[in-house]
Amino acid sequence: MRLFDKPAHVLHDMLVNKEITATELTKDVIARIDEVEGDVMAYLTQTREAALAQAAAVDEKIAGGKVISFLEGIPGAVKDNICTKGIKTTCASKILENFVPPYDATVIEKINAAKPVILGKTNMDEFAMGGSTENSAYHLTHNPWNTDCVPGGSSGGSAAAVAAGTAIWAIGSDTGGSIRQPASFCGVVGMKPTYGRVSRYGLVAFASSLDQIGPLARDVTDCANILNIIAGHDAQDSTSIDASVPDYTKALVADIKGLKIGLPREYFVKGMDADVEKAVRTAVKQMESLGAEIVEISLPHTEYAISTYYLIAPAEAATNLERYDGVSYGERVDGADIVEMMTNTRSRKFGKEVKRRIMIGNYALSAGYYDAYYLKSLRVRTLIKQDFDKAFEKVDAIVAPTAPTPAFKIGEMVSDPLKMYLQDVCTVPLNLAGLPGISLPCGFSNKHMPIGLQIIGKPLGEETILRAAYTYEQSQGFYKEMAELGGKKA
Amino acid sequence: MVMDGESMKVTKKDVEDVAVLSRLAIPEEEKEQYTEQLNAFLEYVDNLSAVPTDDIKPTAHVLQLSNVFREDVVKPSLGRELALSNAPLKEDGYFKVPKILED
Repeated sequence: MRLFDKPAHVLHDMLVNKEITATELTKDVIARIDEVEGDVMAYLTQTREAALAQAAAVDEKIAGGKVISFLEGIPGAVKDNICTKGIKTTCASKILENFVPPYDATVIEKINAAKPVILGKTNMDEFAMGGSTENSAYHLTHNPWNTDCVPGGSSGGSAAAVAAGTAIWAIGSDTGGSIRQPASFCGVVGMKPTYGRVSRYGLVAFASSLDQIGPLARDVTDCANILNIIAGHDAQDSTSIDASVPDYTKALVADIKGLKIGLPREYFVKGMDADVEKAVRTAVKQMESLGAEIVEISLPHTEYAISTYYLIAPAEAATNLERYDGVSYGERVDGADIVEMMTNTRSRKFGKEVKRRIMIGNYALSAGYYDAYYLKSLRVRTLIKQDFDKAFEKVDAIVAPTAPTPAFKIGEMVSDPLKMYLQDVCTVPLNLAGLPGISLPCGFSNKHMPIGLQIIGKPLGEETILRAAYTYEQSQGFYKEMAELGGKKA
Repeated sequence: MVMDGESMKVTKKDVEDVAVLSRLAIPEEEKEQYTEQLNAFLEYVDNLSAVPTDDIKPTAHVLQLSNVFREDVVKPSLGRELALSNAPLKEDGYFKVPKILED
């Protein structure tokens, strides 16, 4: 019996009931990596030996009659922009090619306390800048449903690993859709919690007012369980929210009777793929038939979200990436004096998209243009947030597509960055407003590529969107289907 | 940058200036491309100029942030060796950089 195609909660029960051991499970997922990783290429670094040792320790604990917690002994993977003590963390950039963090991110400390099996670090767009993982300085990652297609991004490695069965669960980060869009493209569940719900300490900073860490998993139940582990206040992150963490698994109730769900007309944009629109509208009907009240709403400033995001995110990135100066960590390329050394280092070691965004950011922040661009975008950000505030006076949650298209072909968009930015139209508004969102499978395109449904909540409204997502998920079977690569033939 | 009425145009000189600020060396043959891309980008985000925002406060951060205070107590931190463990060049417990001051 193969194990890699099962969700973590099923495997957890099997471990508790002693039907399997953590070592058997880990070996099965490693075997899966051997079978398909050559086609998918989700990982940048693998930590097999440590993984097997972690599994053996859990087996010993179970044999000793001790109770195990949710992730204990379950193999997963971590995006390579989250610091892991003693394990290389490259951000898929040449500038951090040999960076070995001397500390764990808070989210890793919390996860490690649950004693899972960590299989390695996953591929991504360099510094999380991109929506296809094509901006990795190391290699492409392929979509397990069709290896000619991108897995989405920037958490493309994490999503592809979960979809291919080369990880049972994964951690990603989301600055403008980087968990939700790859989850949508790869047919898995991905959640961006409320800004500040999960500590960012140890997450390599991209755009600090937008970045948030979250889970990618096989189903909503796994997502809720992982959120239980990673959520919470952290004194090391002054922007983390000091609010108590509920038990998110209590929200896994298949009942949305009377729940008011908003359908924002602006999210069904011109140029949206017809299959996506159909799948999402069918899902909305399904939620209505399950007892939800569907309310058409308007978020009038949606059309400005992309421009706003692509000014704010590069401005914050340009500032955050100043630290890569070849002095205290990261690579260095020598030069005649210190300025030349820094310039050589950054010019040779940053990739194209990263440089492009640094240039945009510094331009938007420079004297003379600051008011016209940066400050202007912060004011429009207020309006985008107010749109949501108003909508949430009337509704409990909002549903929308996650991305305007299914996964596109590798190479299809690389020459046109502005077209690529449009991919983010349904996801960036949440980051600008700090809202939680979850993407879960809601159907397939005519080419049998997965389509994601996005459910958006109020600040700290994770329980409501988990409940809505769980109810919808349990009412249909899309989440059960794995990519052919990922388990059908098992 | 040239301001001609409503449109703003980035020049090659602007690209060179921003590159210096960014500590990036842009090869001569790529400067044209950067200029074009930056102009295309600015044209793209120019839809914001149509939004009336005079009375709107900017949002730098979605949370109501307040200062975080704590007692000033000594706590364990990274040791010198660990802190230097990723340094490209180090000497005698210091980060080593090219000479900054003349003799």
